[in-house]
Amino acid sequence: MSGAPNIAAPGAGIGRRGRLWVRAALLPVLTVVAALLLLWYAGAVWMNAQWTRDQAARAGTEVTLPLLLQDTLSQERPLLPAPHQVAAELYDTVIAKAVTSKRSLVYHAWITLSATLLGFAIGTALGILLAVGIVHNRAMDMSVLPWAIASQTIPILALAPMIIVVMNSVGVQGLLPKAVISAYLSFFPVVVGMVSGLRAPDAMQMDLLKTYGASRSQVFWRLRLPSSLPYLFASLKVGIAAALVGAIVGELPTGAVRGLGARLLSGSYYGQTVQIWAALLMAAVCAAVLVGVVGLLQKVVLGRMGFGR
Amino acid sequence: MSGVFGLALVLAVWGGLWALNAWLAARGGRAVRLAVPAIFGLTLLLLWEMVVRLFGVPGVILPAPSAIAAAIGANLPLLWGDLVQTFFKGALTGYVLGCGAAVAVAVLIDRSPFLQRGLLPVGNFVAALPIVGTAPILVMWFGFDWQSKAAVVVVMVFFPVLVNTVAGLAASGAMQRDLMRTYGASYGQTLLKLRLPAAMPFVFNGLKIATTLALIGAIVAEFFGSPIRGMGFRISTEVGRLALDMVWAEIAVAAVAGSAFYGALALAERRVTFWHPSQRK
Repeated sequence: MSGAPNIAAPGAGIGRRGRLWVRAALLPVLTVVAALLLLWYAGAVWMNAQWTRDQAARAGTEVTLPLLLQDTLSQERPLLPAPHQVAAELYDTVIAKAVTSKRSLVYHAWITLSATLLGFAIGTALGILLAVGIVHNRAMDMSVLPWAIASQTIPILALAPMIIVVMNSVGVQGLLPKAVISAYLSFFPVVVGMVSGLRAPDAMQMDLLKTYGASRSQVFWRLRLPSSLPYLFASLKVGIAAALVGAIVGELPTGAVRGLGARLLSGSYYGQTVQIWAALLMAAVCAAVLVGVVGLLQKVVLGRMGFGR
Repeated sequence: MSGVFGLALVLAVWGGLWALNAWLAARGGRAVRLAVPAIFGLTLLLLWEMVVRLFGVPGVILPAPSAIAAAIGANLPLLWGDLVQTFFKGALTGYVLGCGAAVAVAVLIDRSPFLQRGLLPVGNFVAALPIVGTAPILVMWFGFDWQSKAAVVVVMVFFPVLVNTVAGLAASGAMQRDLMRTYGASYGQTLLKLRLPAAMPFVFNGLKIATTLALIGAIVAEFFGSPIRGMGFRISTEVGRLALDMVWAEIAVAAVAGSAFYGALALAERRVTFWHPSQRK
């Protein structure tokens, strides 16, 4: 196996390409993340120092720098928990606890995620249906679309507490009220995006299908729907992130005891900052996974349909 | 029997107004473009009022629009106080600080492609996160008053504006930049006279996304603790008392404030980016 490396061998260029990719994309991101972590540690020391000094003054002891660093990064209820404290709490509540335990963050995340996914599915389905109606009916287009667009400029999330309480008072509890909030938050972006998507085919393409004598439904299934998919996926990414926010906020007003929003709220009631940060990071991971899955679907579907080329 | 009659009446009104809209929409024209959505909105309000009255829906489930209007009329000073607390103090302060900081950071990292490549993925990632969740932490840090709400808004609006501004600063064409170089323009001159103006459509896109985020942030942050005024505080306490007409009144005010805020930015955008194809008539 001596001699010049065979350039044409499968996988030969990957090492070089991989290194290039590391230099061009990964390194800057890692640098920024590392800088943020450093800032976080510095902030933790700075913000928690007051408490340490107060405690020391009460005990009549001197605060030395090593002592200050050690104490500020290991308080039980710090103003700003250090990253490793949050990581320890995450490990404790995600991996060390059984998934069915009420102290497990996975359990709470699943409660929130199930409402998010159900609401997202409902909102997306209704949104696509309405968009199809808008594209095919002029009266619907002129009446409904301006309101759908205007709804993007108002904080409809403010409706969340009322929906929870009203649905509670008519006997609907648990998953569904939160899912309703997620649904209407993901509904409007999907409507607006899908309408522009279904209108994306240009006049030439429409004319071509007309010369083929295509019926309305044929135009829809063979031209409008396929060309709307890039727009749909862009809206889905916005919609699923909004759906998660909706589910979390939906857990706030009634003092729910399960779910990520409930963890945030109970953490803020009892000053359990580490718990808040852990729940927040878990929510961030959920959002990243949800958006990531939609992004992956987008890549695969659009790639197979030839949009990527 | 009255239920059946009521249902028939509701359906008749709906069908009638829909037929009117369909007839109008088929005619087209500038006035129609405004009239059709207006008629649709009024139809919804009318149907809402009719359903509540004809079927005797209790006010703790769905108050009629007339009851909401009455609540708005009876509580104007209260609503104004809440608007000042949440919108002008919380949301607007945070909006100005957050957007200002985002544009400043975008200009600062403009000279370093390394930092841009690092910050953009992180910024895009953070922009998709449920940042509203930082509200309990920031309320703990900055107290119950509007400062903590402004802080939440700063965090919420920062990344969308940053990502858009960075994209905007890259938007000027190579030919245009070459022209500036042949004029002997310095980096600062190129930035001020070419690249920042060219970035404005992108910046305004970010600013417009941020208006809704700012209001949402300020309102939701009040769910985690607030002095005894503010729109989020009022919504959560009146929901607890089942005074839903008051809740709807606050939501109506929030909707008007939100669209006015967005409209103001859209007007400013038209003034600033009059040269852009999307603004030409």
